[in-house]
Amino acid sequence: MTEYFLQAFIYLAAAVIAVPIAKKLGLGSVLGYLIAGVIIGPVTHLVGQETATIQHFAEFGVVMMLFLVGLELAPSMLWQMRNRLFGLGGLQVVISTGLVACIALLFEQPWSVALAIGLIFSLSSTAIVLQTFNEKGLSNTEGGRNAFSVLLMQDIAVIPMLAFIPMLALPDLVAAAEGLQSSAEHHEQLNLVAHLPTWAYAIAILASIGGVIVLGHFLSRPLFHYVASSGLREIFVATALLLVVGIAALMSLVGLSPALGTFLAGVVLANSEFRHELESNIEPFKGLLLGLFFITVGAGINFEILANQALVIGLLTLAVIVVKASVLWGLAVMFRIKNSNRWLFSLSLAQAGEFGFVLLSFSVQQHVIPTDVATILQLVVALSMFLTPVLFILFEHVIMPRYQADTSNQSYDDIGHSASVIIAGIGRFGQIVNRLLVANGVKTVVLDHEASQVENLRKIEIQSYFGDATRPDLLHTAGIENAKLLIVAIDNREQAIELIKYVKHTYPKVKILARAFDKGHNYELLQAGADYTVNETYFSALELGAEAMTELGFHPFETEQKKYAFCQTEAAASNQLYQQWLGGSEGQKFDPNYRKLFMQMEESIKQAMQRDRMDKHDGAERGWTPPPKNYEKGFD
Amino acid sequence: MSANQVRKKILLLFAHPSQKRSEVNLPMFELAKSLDFVTCVDLYSEYPRHHININREQQRLVDHDIVIFQFPFYWYSTPSLLKEWQDLVLEYNFAYGPDGTALHGKTLICALSAGGAEQAYRADGYNHFTVRELLQPLEQTARLTGMRYLPPFAIFSSRSTECQRQQHLANWRKLLEALSFELINDDKVAELTTINDALPALPNLASMAV
Repeated sequence: MTEYFLQAFIYLAAAVIAVPIAKKLGLGSVLGYLIAGVIIGPVTHLVGQETATIQHFAEFGVVMMLFLVGLELAPSMLWQMRNRLFGLGGLQVVISTGLVACIALLFEQPWSVALAIGLIFSLSSTAIVLQTFNEKGLSNTEGGRNAFSVLLMQDIAVIPMLAFIPMLALPDLVAAAEGLQSSAEHHEQLNLVAHLPTWAYAIAILASIGGVIVLGHFLSRPLFHYVASSGLREIFVATALLLVVGIAALMSLVGLSPALGTFLAGVVLANSEFRHELESNIEPFKGLLLGLFFITVGAGINFEILANQALVIGLLTLAVIVVKASVLWGLAVMFRIKNSNRWLFSLSLAQAGEFGFVLLSFSVQQHVIPTDVATILQLVVALSMFLTPVLFILFEHVIMPRYQADTSNQSYDDIGHSASVIIAGIGRFGQIVNRLLVANGVKTVVLDHEASQVENLRKIEIQSYFGDATRPDLLHTAGIENAKLLIVAIDNREQAIELIKYVKHTYPKVKILARAFDKGHNYELLQAGADYTVNETYFSALELGAEAMTELGFHPFETEQKKYAFCQTEAAASNQLYQQWLGGSEGQKFDPNYRKLFMQMEESIKQAMQRDRMDKHDGAERGWTPPPKNYEKGFD
Repeated sequence: MSANQVRKKILLLFAHPSQKRSEVNLPMFELAKSLDFVTCVDLYSEYPRHHININREQQRLVDHDIVIFQFPFYWYSTPSLLKEWQDLVLEYNFAYGPDGTALHGKTLICALSAGGAEQAYRADGYNHFTVRELLQPLEQTARLTGMRYLPPFAIFSSRSTECQRQQHLANWRKLLEALSFELINDDKVAELTTINDALPALPNLASMAV
């Protein structure tokens, strides 16, 4: 037991130290994990033999990652992006695979190995590139958006690759492996279908894929509803894990890739209201396990080989980058991506990616690529990833300045459409806010912790998600970093205040508009950092009061003016009251001074109301003022 | 005139209820915003509910020497908010009456855009009157409040001719510069239908705006 604790400690400590430093240096977290692995593995030898065992465990992170990739892929979005996705992304994968495979053939590799290598190197690093785009604010440039479609296509392409690569197995390697296996301990995996005839095997596979889709579509939502209504967070997390683990197990049992199964389940659930909640629950597990995976890759790097073959590895890396960048450049020309965006697109995706590691270790397991070749390739993948920040620096400091002039006068996007608004709480209040915004073409993301509420809204096609908006990770998946506004309309007073405090502190750029229950709450929200607040009952009560005045015989236009004067006086006095309230002693916010001020406010409103229009110029508001009687005698 | 002569301060009151559709007025307003001697007020943005803050508006008038009403010509007059502004802000004993001298000696000019062609705004055109004639209520308002009134700065056929817009913007800038340096000679412009005709004779002042 002690041993496990020690090892866990070493892995975690390495990650905790190395990853933040790497991120600070602009290298990204993937490289951070790799560096951590290199340090605890080949450099200090704190860990050694067990990396291979841990790697199996860590590969579950990849399974989860594909589940999350699936969750992101709502079929409607894929359809919208189809041209870029399959045209640009598809061509990139095919052409890069072909060219890299040709190079591998030049090194006298068998065609099957060459093809596998081509597939591995056609992929780029989603993790590094997207993170860098976010950090440097390049996500919404034309180059950034196109790069995103290519990365998405690559992530999708991993699925068929995982299915295809085992068919490339080398007979020699398989035989050698079988020899080893029979002499070593019996290690066969549990497999239900191994001894079935082919037709039954096919049926079993189809049945399980169909099962995942059908059950995912029909059973998962009632299940999540049931669990969500219990209000137990950890059970929801357990359910999410159960889903992923269950599907992975089912797929292994019928001899399919677990990653494929969870990816499918992800796609099935992409339109569900639980998507954000699932994402934020699985995300930390995926992050840690994937991190663990990269650490094991780093720990497995063979420095002896790196030293012996430094020149070959360096040249191969350079070749990979040049080949990939040229393919991307060609495609950019074909798809009319221009100027600095063409450079950004070509340079940002020129490295090999984390899926390269995954496919490499998978290929070795499946006896497709010999271990010695894989070791070298692993170093090439890692080195090309290490060089990515260099390429970005090249782009930023050498290429961007040359195009600065022509990017400056580009028109920016329409206000309403690029801005996204997060609405926390979609009850009686939030719904109206949302309807107004959506009716005007503003993109909103709606969060609510009532599953039934969310479901009702989804029935009338309002984009809404189940989840507790006060949780940072859910806000993160809802896209708070890029949101322009956060509208707080949740039912719980204290949570509303906490939420505002958190968002104002962590994302100071996001404007916060909040609904208050009463005056005291209003002030608390302002103090917490809300930019605009409104009392939920104020304006509707004002409308009703005005209607009453009109009913009593006031002229409707006079009523309107009185109402406005009331509002103005109230607003001015309220600001004064707020200052008073701020000064009030903690815990006793409505101290006697405040009460006195409140009475004063009521008095001044009364005065404003009763003041005749003829009275002089200090009213908060006055309507048209007639000149005094007989004033025309003053003129000649 | 010299480059360090003190400029007169201009108050530009812009009234346009449909700025999304604006093709001439918005560029004019943006241009004016870039000049530090012009205070630019977007009335419809400041008072979207037509509740005009009279005190603030009167203070603005007091603080400036030249007032420009900029608006698209709606039914031979100003958009409704600018009329509301006149109704409320030009109060007895502020703008007129025995103590109403706050505007004495200031200048009022309209800058308007008209969709119809210039030929239509003539005695023999289908609008029968010139823009100057149609704006007579404002001219008289200026007279009653002791302001100096200048003929309007106008663009015609404003929704159909692309090429005259650049020229109009250049003229607009020239006009603002000339107003701020008091280069407009009342005798020369008094009888003009629009002040546009007086602009070619003025020196180009953009280079002086250092």
